[in-house]
Amino acid sequence: MITIKNLHASIGDKEILKGINLEIKAGEIHAIMGPNGSGKSTLASVLAGREDYEVTQGEVIFNGKNLLDLAAEDRAREGLFLAFQYPVEIPGVSNINFLKTALNEIRAYHGQEEMPAKDFLALVKEKQKLVELDGKLTNRSVNEGFSGGEKKRNEIFQMAMLNPKLAVLDETDSGLDIDALRIVATGVNALKSKDNAFVVITHYQRLLDYIVPDFVHILYNGKIVRSGGKELALELEAKGYDEIKKQFESLEK
Amino acid sequence: MIAEKSNTAQLIIDKISSTAEKVDFIDNDRLSKALLYLENKGIPNNKHEDYKYCNIDGIFKKEFKNIEQKLNVVSDVAQYKLKDALTLVVVNGNYSESLSDKLILKGLHLTAFSNLDKEEKKLIGSLANVESDAFIALNTAFSGAGFHLKIEDNEQLQMPIHILYVSSANSEALVNPRNVIELGKNAEATIIEEQICIGTGKVFTNFLSEKFVGENAKLTSYTFQNEGANGFSVNTNQVTINRYGKYDNTTVTLSGSLVRNNHNVVLAAQNCEAHLNGLFTTKNNQLVDNHTLMDHQMPNCESNELYKGIINDKSTGVFNGKIYVRKDAQKTNAYQSSKNILLSDDATINTKPQLEIYADDVKCSHGTSTGKIDEVAVFYLNARGIGRESAKKLLLNAFAQEVINKIEVDELKDKILNLFENEL
Repeated sequence: MITIKNLHASIGDKEILKGINLEIKAGEIHAIMGPNGSGKSTLASVLAGREDYEVTQGEVIFNGKNLLDLAAEDRAREGLFLAFQYPVEIPGVSNINFLKTALNEIRAYHGQEEMPAKDFLALVKEKQKLVELDGKLTNRSVNEGFSGGEKKRNEIFQMAMLNPKLAVLDETDSGLDIDALRIVATGVNALKSKDNAFVVITHYQRLLDYIVPDFVHILYNGKIVRSGGKELALELEAKGYDEIKKQFESLEK
Repeated sequence: MIAEKSNTAQLIIDKISSTAEKVDFIDNDRLSKALLYLENKGIPNNKHEDYKYCNIDGIFKKEFKNIEQKLNVVSDVAQYKLKDALTLVVVNGNYSESLSDKLILKGLHLTAFSNLDKEEKKLIGSLANVESDAFIALNTAFSGAGFHLKIEDNEQLQMPIHILYVSSANSEALVNPRNVIELGKNAEATIIEEQICIGTGKVFTNFLSEKFVGENAKLTSYTFQNEGANGFSVNTNQVTINRYGKYDNTTVTLSGSLVRNNHNVVLAAQNCEAHLNGLFTTKNNQLVDNHTLMDHQMPNCESNELYKGIINDKSTGVFNGKIYVRKDAQKTNAYQSSKNILLSDDATINTKPQLEIYADDVKCSHGTSTGKIDEVAVFYLNARGIGRESAKKLLLNAFAQEVINKIEVDELKDKILNLFENEL
């Protein structure tokens, strides 16, 4: 589905990603863990096409296309979805209008006609049930006045509506209470299929109790320093990042 | 500052005098004052404090070198009509009975200025002082025609009135439409004033309206300006509100090479209320200048202003909002807000709140903000598959909603929304 090769990215003069290699196949769930400042969110942003970052080396092939050549909207239209760590409030744009525009632009990109209003509303109803999102919220402005948990659930709701091939969840668990966490995880698990894939970026093992990853990668100082199965997350939870840091630092020397 | 005057006013007078109709509804004393004022002060240029960003003298010199007054006859305005409103049509300043709907609304009277009795004629010019502004003087001297619209005491009009001002010429021209709108005691009306410019010639429309809101009356007024590249206009609204009266205006300006709005509201008695809302979008080399004045003369009144501008290309937007709270106007509540988005590096907005407060027990506030389109929001939309252009449209639409939502006539609101989206 996606192949990331030797990806380097900087913001200003500061190099943040220092050679990421990652291969994700359809049907897989990958977790990316790592301490603060290791580059997790940068990786998510670079994949989604945020222009603040400059890719200095490497390539990313997404479903046979060179992802880095595509504008952010085309990456989304190709089936990439980023659940934002900090979802943006957009006063005056209703959630519904926003989603309708998004869905129809994606359809137009694939040469499909606009979705009939009736089907669209049925889809909204079905998907908002999945994330237990209050119907009132879908009629409000995008994320405006939403609580932290509502914002995150709204991300998962959007993901459910747009049905991406690859979803990158950037610390979707941060700021969530245990109930919201369960709802988000239920949503992800319901959407999971053999045709799509997920990258779950998180600090904590907790989310991975609900969304069970096939692979866990540890990102440190802009590189993936270890990869393993789901047990790696448990090990991290028990030992913390200090050991990783020490190992890595001694390696550097 | 003393405004340097040029001979533009005299040139205009020379060019339009021969074709101008005689103004028989304004007394000679006032007519000569108007001409004298024009002669002395001239057409304002940017050295004139009130026209600092709106050099109309310069625009006249550049765009109206050759005023020939080849005015067109207009025979069809069907496409501009609203279904659920009573349409009145004014072509180049003259009321057109044949293009207008029949005046079937109970309590509504329309009278040409010439047919008013002596007492009623005194209303004309009683609010707009010929010695306060060159365009009031110019209109007074050359309006030629005009009408008085009266809504009787205690009458609530059953449907909105849509006054369509059409300017149309095949040469450079200057027209001076004028009206007086009077709401009697307890009367209620919704009046839409739409300004368009059709025809091949550039037309300078110098519009003047005097509006009287009677005791406990309510006037909901919409000004919709979409004159296109050939349209140049100065629009003066001089409003006075009586006890417990309410005046609401929403002005939407979508096009026009030059649009200068002077919207002056006098809260002349206790317990009255005024709201002025504005939305303007400008592009190319357009200049849209909104000057408002809220003149609080008496206690316990409230006023509110919200103006929003979207400025693109090399165009210029201006908002100058003056709130005047006189000595007697205790317990005044007056608020003002101006928000703007600049879409290009060459676009300019000049925004200036002016508060002059002479009473000590008042609540007044003003705020202004100018920014670019929110790139963080654009990226969020992009990340959902929404292209840059659509994202921009969604965000600008959201920005404009606050003003567009003030429009309570659905048909007008939809029409404006559609045209607004096309302008983006």
